[in-house]
Amino acid sequence: MDKLIIAGRSFYSRLLVGTGKFASNQAMVAAMEHSGSEIVTVALRRVDIDNPADSLLSHIDRKRYLLLPNTSGARDAEEAVRLARLARAAGCEPWIKLEVTPDPYYLLPDPIETLKAAKILVKEGFTVLPYMPADPVLAKHLEEVGVATLMPLGAPIGSNRGVRMRDLIAIIIEQATLPVVVDAGLGAPSHAAEAMEMGADAVLVNTALADTPDPAGMASAFRKGVEAGRQAYLAGLGPQRQKAEASSPLTGFLRNN
Amino acid sequence: MHLCVNGKKKEFPQPLNVEQLLKHLELKPKRVVVELNRDILTADKHADIQLQDGDILELIQFVGGG
Repeated sequence: MDKLIIAGRSFYSRLLVGTGKFASNQAMVAAMEHSGSEIVTVALRRVDIDNPADSLLSHIDRKRYLLLPNTSGARDAEEAVRLARLARAAGCEPWIKLEVTPDPYYLLPDPIETLKAAKILVKEGFTVLPYMPADPVLAKHLEEVGVATLMPLGAPIGSNRGVRMRDLIAIIIEQATLPVVVDAGLGAPSHAAEAMEMGADAVLVNTALADTPDPAGMASAFRKGVEAGRQAYLAGLGPQRQKAEASSPLTGFLRNN
Repeated sequence: MHLCVNGKKKEFPQPLNVEQLLKHLELKPKRVVVELNRDILTADKHADIQLQDGDILELIQFVGGG
């Protein structure tokens, strides 16, 4: 497969996976392994000081996976910047999945606060991967401030509804000079394949893997979906038509009229 | 000495530095990021910083997330 290049760094896998909501750390690790992913997202939260849990990091092989901390929970640019700085202080490479989601019902990304935070974080030397509305104009603004990817949502986070923003994502892909990663809302390998067939450079999934009885099996299926979609995109999909176009010859029928 | 740790008021009989606080809470310094009164502390400073009455601390760690 051809390589995915983000901020000068190359990856063989075009599937990024999240680590949230798995029933166990074992299920999470199995899903990561079967996905073939090289980039995994994590979140930052307060330690429960009365009941400190087993550290997530002890389960993730940092040589195999690039840890991509997110700023989930941030309601504005200031909170997102604070989380990004904490992630860097925790010893992560300065890569950050920027998420600013003030609305608790649909968790839609705030375009204005996302752009504001992106500007600050790029200046501070972060490689910024912004979760963003599927808005081609915002995509241009984010490119101008120097983000590393564009990550439009397919559908609301955790909704498993697929590439609902299809037409707008197609415009973003057409105009982008950066890798486009379709993030959020992909619920089936066919959704991932669809995004990749459209020319997305990668996809990010979490709930679709975590919220199933067999995360490893689903991760393997998503891996194939992503690879199939990418290969189809590179091969070039045939044109769509309103009417039939025969696949078999229209001559030599066993009849005389 | 009173400290506010992760939004909870805590009382400690003796003065503490950050390293001692983490030890007291049975937290591994490598797994936790410390923010003291909104300033991020790097791990190498934990032993040098003496906590004061009323300090506000955030102890943060990585958890699963998408």
